Amino acid sequence: MYRYNDFDNAFVRERIRQFRAQVQRRIVGNLTEDEFKPLRLMNGLYLQLHAYMLRVAIPYGTLNAQKMRQLALIATRWDKGYGHFTTRQNIQYNWPKLSDVPDILEDLAVVQMHAIQTSGNTIRNVTADHFAGAAADEIEDPRPYAELIRQWSTDHPEFQFLPRKFKIAVTGSPHDRAVTRAHDIGLRMVRNGAGETGFEVIIGGGLGRTPIMGKVLRGFLPARDLLPYLEAIVSVYNLLGRRDNKYKARIKITVREHGIEAIRQRVETDFVLRRNSFAGADQALLNDIQNSFRPPVFIDAPVNSFDVARKNDPDFDMWVKTNLTGHKHPGYAIVTISLKTPGGTPGDATAQQMQVMAELAERNGHDELRVSHEQNIILPHIHKSHVPDVYNALHAVGLATANIGLVSDIIACPGMDYCALATARSIPIAQEIAARINELKLERDIGPLKIKISGCINACGHHHLGHIGILGLDRAGVENYQITLGGEATENAQLGERAGPGFAAREIVPAIERLIHAYLARRKNPSETFLETYRRLGLEPFKVALYGEGRTRHAA
Amino acid sequence: MSNHTTIMVVTANDLIDGDAVWLTPDKDWTRDIRKAETIENERAAQSRLGEAESHPGKVIGPYLAEVRHGPAGAEPVHFREIFRTRGPSNYPHGKQEIDPGVEAEIEAEIEERICVSV
Ligand code: SF4
Repeated sequence: MYRYNDFDNAFVRERIRQFRAQVQRRIVGNLTEDEFKPLRLMNGLYLQLHAYMLRVAIPYGTLNAQKMRQLALIATRWDKGYGHFTTRQNIQYNWPKLSDVPDILEDLAVVQMHAIQTSGNTIRNVTADHFAGAAADEIEDPRPYAELIRQWSTDHPEFQFLPRKFKIAVTGSPHDRAVTRAHDIGLRMVRNGAGETGFEVIIGGGLGRTPIMGKVLRGFLPARDLLPYLEAIVSVYNLLGRRDNKYKARIKITVREHGIEAIRQRVETDFVLRRNSFAGADQALLNDIQNSFRPPVFIDAPVNSFDVARKNDPDFDMWVKTNLTGHKHPGYAIVTISLKTPGGTPGDATAQQMQVMAELAERNGHDELRVSHEQNIILPHIHKSHVPDVYNALHAVGLATANIGLVSDIIACPGMDYCALATARSIPIAQEIAARINELKLERDIGPLKIKISGCINACGHHHLGHIGILGLDRAGVENYQITLGGEATENAQLGERAGPGFAAREIVPAIERLIHAYLARRKNPSETFLETYRRLGLEPFKVALYGEGRTRHAA
Repeated sequence: MSNHTTIMVVTANDLIDGDAVWLTPDKDWTRDIRKAETIENERAAQSRLGEAESHPGKVIGPYLAEVRHGPAGAEPVHFREIFRTRGPSNYPHGKQEIDPGVEAEIEAEIEERICVSV
């Protein structure tokens, strides 16, 4: 894991010192809210519905035990004993007091963490494949590049006042788990004919009000050119991006208005000029960074205990089937810990659960943890002989839910239970769907099915990319839920299609149930997934399931 | 707009802990919406809001919200404002934690109104 150098440390400490003084001046009334708001946002502090919310950056979703323990400690010391892991691989605390925030930031700095650039029109926390460094299909660990981007973008003087926020995602695997097509810039590692590593550079993706899948700007960018090329893109956007209308300010609209060809020309021209000014300093830095991402020293040991445990304990075996993924090193597995306990809040973990996950990472996981954009926690390197122990420890704190990729592994944004921008709640909808699925005992039979819920058009819950997407809206003062179908968040990313009029809160769970039954009735065989059936049959039969034959149903 | 008078309250969030608060007739802030000053005239509402904005040391983000008269005082109309009187639905945190009574009294009616479909 990357460790702060003296410069990083001094920078973070100085920012806390400044923010402490700013908070003080706000509290005694020397700063108005208009003056203070941009300052608090720069430090990740939002005002939500019932309280402030502090968003803490977890660069490319990577944590070690020490950091996770500190997050647990902050949850206990300053919040209500839990934290919420988000679709941006960050953690949010829902109840901080303004006067405590500088102290919370001090606690974060102790473990080299902060809340800088988690808000505002800057380059936000870089996200990455949560299986980075462990995935069997990986070309190279993308995190050194993500860290390079983090260092380059943090406090970059040219990019502190972009037209709008800017999000970059990186993956090192052909299987795209980082949703690169839904980011302002998506980087997919590829090899060229000569076997050299580089990136396919995708720009102009994004969800929200105007969902657009990113377009390829460059099919192969040599890895050494990454920073000058990124700088050229952001610089062209900084110049062309619209500042007159916040809804047209993201790069996806810039690309739409100018055309990808015109953008490409400008970027390539700018890139040539910038490349010279980099003069290799970035490569020296990358080299240093790569040293701190050396793979762990993997062990070689027999895995009989794992096989025996699978035979003897059907619950364990079930969990293994859903929550384990193949690892690049023989004998190892990637363990996904589900934060989607039926009845729980998607993405929430208590301080005690965080402690246990930290402990397991330290004891059995080469001191590594990841946060996934699907709001789960990953132990990327667990030797199979340790998996039964890990499972038992997780089980003891309610973290052994065996549902990864299944219906109840739902992404849900905070929605109107917390978020000031929300138009409806999302958490209770996720809870009710999970509870209903649990009652029906059909989850295993249904197989892979991703439900994603957002509480407003901003789409933090990625609803457009859900096999079933749910968007909560306010229809004449009543919560109303719109369904989209057929979205996908993989390397074949695709936006879902709107099924029709929305449903009232009490109608949405039965509507989802009808969709599921329609799928079960029509699939060719049990191995055809919901998405495959949908792709084969199209919207129509699902529309009928939702609204009835030939009936135009009006929304609530 | 409809022809019934819109009844308004000034609401905001507490500067330190961010909890929802409402302006009272004696120009203080309360955490109990029922004690809020109800204003039935648009001009008066705007001027109260202006006053609220002028004490930034206590609250953050004041705005006008619609209410109606209930047996014990002002009651929220929109579901967002209803949530602000109690807290999130996934944990008993926020106002419902501090004063479960507040929640209990309005709970039944709230449920009825949030769930009205069509
Ligand atoms: S999608 Fe909307 S409601 Fe959900 S977290 Fe994002 S802004 Fe808030």
